[in-house]
Amino acid sequence: MKKEIIPSLLLTVVCIVFFSGVYPILMWGIAQVAPNNGEGFVIKDAKGKYYYENIGQKFSDDKFFWSRPSAVGYAANGSGGSNKGPDNPDYLVGVKAAIDSFMLHNPGINKADIPSDMVTSSGSGLDPHISVEGAEIQVARIAKVRGLDKSKVEALVKAHVDGPMLGMGPERVNVLKLNIDLDAMK
Amino acid sequence: MYYSSAFKLGKDVCMEMLGIIVIFVAMVALSIPLGKYIAKVYAGEVTFLDRIFHPVEKLIYRFLGVDAMCPMTWKQHLVALLTVNLLWFPLTMFVLMNQNWLPLNPDHIAAMSPDLAFHSTISFITNCFQQHYSGETGMSYFSQIFIMFPLFFLTPAVTMSAMAVVFNALKGRATDKLRNFYYYYVRSILWILLPISFVTAIIFLFNGMPMTLQGAHTFTTLQGDTMYVARGPIAAFESIKMLGLDGGGFFGANSAHPFENPNFFTNMIENIFHMLLPVATVFALGFYLNRKKLAWMIFGVMTLGFILLLIPAMNAELKGNPAITQMGINNSMGNMEGKEIRFGTTASAFWSITATSSMNGAVNCMHDSFMPISGGMQMLGIMVNTLYGGVGTGVLGFFIAIILAVFIGSLMIGRSAQFLGKKVGMREIKITMIITLLHPFLSLVGTALACSFPTLTTPTLNNPGFHGFSEMIYEYASASSADGSGFEGLGDNTPWWNITCGFIILFGRYLPIIGAVAIAGMLAGKQYIGDSAGTIKTDNATFGLLVFSLIFVVTALAFFPALAVGPIAEHFSIVTH
Repeated sequence: MKKEIIPSLLLTVVCIVFFSGVYPILMWGIAQVAPNNGEGFVIKDAKGKYYYENIGQKFSDDKFFWSRPSAVGYAANGSGGSNKGPDNPDYLVGVKAAIDSFMLHNPGINKADIPSDMVTSSGSGLDPHISVEGAEIQVARIAKVRGLDKSKVEALVKAHVDGPMLGMGPERVNVLKLNIDLDAMK
Repeated sequence: MYYSSAFKLGKDVCMEMLGIIVIFVAMVALSIPLGKYIAKVYAGEVTFLDRIFHPVEKLIYRFLGVDAMCPMTWKQHLVALLTVNLLWFPLTMFVLMNQNWLPLNPDHIAAMSPDLAFHSTISFITNCFQQHYSGETGMSYFSQIFIMFPLFFLTPAVTMSAMAVVFNALKGRATDKLRNFYYYYVRSILWILLPISFVTAIIFLFNGMPMTLQGAHTFTTLQGDTMYVARGPIAAFESIKMLGLDGGGFFGANSAHPFENPNFFTNMIENIFHMLLPVATVFALGFYLNRKKLAWMIFGVMTLGFILLLIPAMNAELKGNPAITQMGINNSMGNMEGKEIRFGTTASAFWSITATSSMNGAVNCMHDSFMPISGGMQMLGIMVNTLYGGVGTGVLGFFIAIILAVFIGSLMIGRSAQFLGKKVGMREIKITMIITLLHPFLSLVGTALACSFPTLTTPTLNNPGFHGFSEMIYEYASASSADGSGFEGLGDNTPWWNITCGFIILFGRYLPIIGAVAIAGMLAGKQYIGDSAGTIKTDNATFGLLVFSLIFVVTALAFFPALAVGPIAEHFSIVTH
């Protein structure tokens, strides 16, 4: 044991220099040529304000397309899911309440058309996306509240459907991008 | 609606299925050449990275004052391995308990309590990376960079060195002189872990992972709320977190967080890394010992077990929660609670089984919210512990299973037990037995203790009934296997969970490594007698089936009673509801 202590200590020093020093500094240097200097992808709204493209925001106002429910209220400094089990009675009461609230704010929709992502919370609590159905079902409400032509809002949603990446994975709609462009609509 | 829902669903599921098939095929396609490369690195043969890393390697040996070409016995090897690894205990403890005043703490994160620091330290130095804190609020940039970064590289290198010396010991010759520990350790890092994670980090960076030391960003959202966005040096962190099967999240949500896993492409890479090194090391064994059929047998058994866990889990998740279907909404996306839209149900369910079959433990969805059958499959993956398994430890665990199968198979045909031309004696079998029973013992005794002190554990549960029990057994099985994922609803930052899990991780980690190296070391010292006509062949499907049945029987006997009280009972309570 004793014989190994000095080399082990020195090895610890080497590792700290390599992995806490050289490696992150090198990566940080490369980050300076990456989009937004490696501080996360951003997008601009009509007023020129910047937001994080990948971090979902809370949209609960009727004039915006809603994002998914979040167990942490879209707190991007404390991510997490509900971690509720599928048969937890409290959880099921919460889902039911979310369905009722969705029906109330979107009069005229068919309950059977509400996709499950609009009433369940994501794993991170920061999901930037909703399903295509989740966006489509809100079109009537948005058109009414904003006094816009329904077909125009429909077209906007269609333009914001991101197809499967590299032909794989699900279709989705980035809620923030959709709402920014919605705000820009006349 | 633009097109009918049924057509849409069919198309979506196809796209998502294609995604996971590509992940698996790419993983296997990369593992074989990587395995060949790893075998070369450990055998000291020429590789294309020699020109860069040979001088660095020599410099490091000179600085340490070790002669890396000097052979070691298996005992010396273990002593060096444990010393190098355990030196990080005091250092990590100190940093975690003092991070409040140490530099690089823009978000003013507090010091860890002693029990939390104890648990975190043990879980970090053992490659378990079970976390009882949330990264955003529990760990400063200093701790992430000076503790997590090095340990992400070092801890897989420790197990890879143990594995490499077992390879070395199994070469058909009689000797007690095995390759030097430092040789394997330094080479694992320089030739394997560092280059792959460096290249991947750059890919991650250009896919939207931040790499910054700025603190949380405060701004007003489009709707008008105030939002705080935590950031950090994530791109460099993420690649080695996945490659080294460390799995500890930078953020509480781990790879479900959009900064740790921004899109389906990064999800694919991270998912491939779940299995890449465990599978590549299996092939490395085949190339190193020149027994490729043996490697394919191991890979076949692992994959069979993996697929048997995968199918019920995917099926349960795609069907979704019947209680929500009953509410009358469109539940065709499957169980979306705790899952992200950009990955979808299929890729999330697939990831959850890869994360628990390999001992990575990073999650891209919340396992606590899975259906009971899929949650049960995740637990089974952790309980079996060798379906791909950890980096290095997966092969070591399977090596133990092979020794057991050789022993039982030889008893059945009345021959003396023999593996790779060496007689397997009583001492080796005794160690094998202890190691085989250790994991069930630690997981189940932990759970039994937790159930015996309900005043300490019941208030920490996030769900009532059978699911609450599942949260406890998952936690201990995950600790004992060094997987590190969890049913994260469990309020596990209490002295009870921190201390019990800390000890279970410690025993569950080092005893199997010591056992496997000891067995291999003892076998190496024996005379090489070669195979005769009566020797059990270990590289064919028949033997594979024997190993598989043994793994199944041991796991079933040990864990099914506990699973019956957890996920199985929960499943039937849902379907009969």
